Amino acid sequence: MRKLSFVLMALLVLLPVAAFARGGEETAEPEAAMIDVFGVFRDQEALRFEEGMVPFEERTGIDMVYQPSSEFETQIFVRIEAGNPPDIAAVPQPGLMRNFAERGALIPLPGDVIDRIDANYTQAWKDLGSYEGKVYGVFHRVNAKSFVWYNKPEFEGRGYRVPGTWDEMIVLMDRMVRDGVPPWSVGIESGAATGWAATDWMEDVMLRTAGPEVYDQWVNHEIPFNHPAVREAADYMLQIWGNPDYILGGSQSIATTNFGDAVLPLFTDPPQAMMHRQGNFIIGFMQDHVQDNVEEMVGVFALPEINPRWGTPVLGGGDQFVIFDDRPEIIEFMKFLTTWESAKGMAAAGGALFAHQDQNFNDYGSAIEADLAKILVNAEVFRFDASDLMPAEVGAGSFWTGMTDAVTGVPIGEVLDMIEESWPQ
Amino acid sequence: MQPVPAILLEGVGMSDLGVERTTGPLQAVVAVVGRVLSAVFVPVVTFVVLYLGFVFLRDSGAPQIVVTIVAIVWGVGGVAGLYFVTNWLIEKLPTTWRSRFTPFLFVGPAIVILGWYLFLPTVRSLYLSFFGKFSNEFVGLENYVYVFTNRTMRTAFVNNLLWLVFGTGGAVISGLIVALLADRSKMEKVAKSFIFLPMAISFVGAGVIWKFMYTFRAAGQVQLGLLNAIITGFGAEPVNWLILRPWNSFFLIAIFIWLQTGFAMVILSASIKQVPSQLIEAARIDGAGEFRIVFQIIIPFIRGTIITVSTTILLLSLKVFDIVFAMTNGLFGTEVLASQQYKQMFKFLNYGRGSAIAIVILIAVIPVIWYNLRQFGQREVF
Repeated sequence: MRKLSFVLMALLVLLPVAAFARGGEETAEPEAAMIDVFGVFRDQEALRFEEGMVPFEERTGIDMVYQPSSEFETQIFVRIEAGNPPDIAAVPQPGLMRNFAERGALIPLPGDVIDRIDANYTQAWKDLGSYEGKVYGVFHRVNAKSFVWYNKPEFEGRGYRVPGTWDEMIVLMDRMVRDGVPPWSVGIESGAATGWAATDWMEDVMLRTAGPEVYDQWVNHEIPFNHPAVREAADYMLQIWGNPDYILGGSQSIATTNFGDAVLPLFTDPPQAMMHRQGNFIIGFMQDHVQDNVEEMVGVFALPEINPRWGTPVLGGGDQFVIFDDRPEIIEFMKFLTTWESAKGMAAAGGALFAHQDQNFNDYGSAIEADLAKILVNAEVFRFDASDLMPAEVGAGSFWTGMTDAVTGVPIGEVLDMIEESWPQ
Repeated sequence: MQPVPAILLEGVGMSDLGVERTTGPLQAVVAVVGRVLSAVFVPVVTFVVLYLGFVFLRDSGAPQIVVTIVAIVWGVGGVAGLYFVTNWLIEKLPTTWRSRFTPFLFVGPAIVILGWYLFLPTVRSLYLSFFGKFSNEFVGLENYVYVFTNRTMRTAFVNNLLWLVFGTGGAVISGLIVALLADRSKMEKVAKSFIFLPMAISFVGAGVIWKFMYTFRAAGQVQLGLLNAIITGFGAEPVNWLILRPWNSFFLIAIFIWLQTGFAMVILSASIKQVPSQLIEAARIDGAGEFRIVFQIIIPFIRGTIITVSTTILLLSLKVFDIVFAMTNGLFGTEVLASQQYKQMFKFLNYGRGSAIAIVILIAVIPVIWYNLRQFGQREVF
């Protein structure tokens, strides 16, 4: 017993000391600089991002480690609170960025990065990355969401034509139903973020029924969430979503179909549905053989206008990179993100658009994406995803869950009241 | 080094000097000084070593494997080391003091650690629950008003009640039935092993497994979910089980019952075996049927165990989070208190409301714990 306790004690005394000594050595000797980036995009999208950053790593010798999480919105907060934030986070919601800035967790970007932003982005993107006069975020991969995708050969083979207005679209949908194929494939399941795809639909319709000014009032809560204008948009949307004939699998399949899987039925043989509304990034979720022949296989049109006065505004979103530390290598990386060099590889790989002013549209992997990028950059009316601008209680909470409730049978009036109640004062 | 005053030396274990007392005053003084020094030196060294280990674990950027090994050695060795050092110190004390301190040596660390990890956070939660979203303005009972009036919270309360009644009831009753049947079966061991097996699966793991039970695909497609495969096999339309209000809560509760039946069964079964066979034989001779034996002899006999098992499972069902989180994330009207607490705290970053919900759950759990503890005090329950 004595012997054992002696050995234990000796171990106890020696081991941490030895380890500490070792640890000390390691920190003293300068390793290759490393930055860790935390974000929400995963799998394919994460791989493309990592590949896109290779030129930076090769040129500077700085090691960029990207770590994604499907629970990003909660985990980033846990890490900040635990005093263990990443060096850089890619935040999809400007609302969340402002929350962190308000808490003093973020470091404002230094002047030379801001100069680069001024040189290479329009004011709108800079404003989305700013809070109380300070600039915090650099937008990189952005997206435009107001698009309807279809299977080009199939669509044309059946003699369908791209609708120019909402009413024409309804006529086309009824024709598809008569032809025995559901017009839409819709899915909004996305783990803890289930419902966001539904909010995008709703926002797109809202821009078309109420116009950008009312949309801004809605985002800033200058009109209540159960305002008649919001109700009207919801009714337009549910005209499609609430009709089991229009949706593959009926309305009840929407809430449990993954948003990324929802595009697949368009390209099965034979196709199980005709149209899918989603952002440009959905190209990255299509079947491999489709991605290899995007130009022949895939057709796309803007979600048609409802009120001619508002036309077809573009709804978009994007991840902004914010910093929690200002080591030189981190600033270096932020500067890199503002260059087209950082975006070129991802543009070629597909599934991503960019807002960089100096971009070369020829670098995109397909003519379709080059067109979408032009639409995004030249849009007369561009609005950021409303749910990402609203406070988290709504934008990442009741709006998501409310829309999910609405497609699973809760009356829309009740849903809008519930969302309105949840808006923080 | 200052010379140690003699008066101090007398206090420190003079009675304990033993053999050295006969070897002259000088040696005695040296021995005492040595003892005092070592009594101070050893704890200080232990503390420094432990602190260095802590600093290392906190700050070093050493490879993960090194940190892990150090953490294990530091953690386990630290506890052992603290025990040995304190014990060694106490043994140096006079006998009366020794017997006074020894209980604290064993209970003390547990109390300190529990206080640090459980009591302090609880008090802090209570404190935060009276403050606003950012914990910087006092809002009185506003968060509690929210907890009891908000629509989603009402759903959560109702669902938690369902979990409490049907989750606990289902697990205990099916556990009891299995235990009674297994007791009379030749297949007892095999049957019990299979029913006990799910106990080894985590709630989240079970959620993943059961997703395959409830998975839904549109009519006409291949049904991946077992339940839908069965009902479409009989010609029915597939059903999206997880969005089917209010039944979806029961589908989630079924998972909980599947997990907890094994636990109830094992403990109840052990208790059933304690029922004296003479008692049952006597009842049979008196003409009692099997049902009567079960209801009038076995169940009254194992009442204490049933209560303990029920309260244990009750606590689990009150705190249920993982299953809901993994299966529906609280959507489709399946929200429970704990999932709301998580969302308020970590998604909406609302410390006040999150803490208030935590306190409400705590208050709901207290009577059960209190009752359970009383049972522990009164009789041997397991």
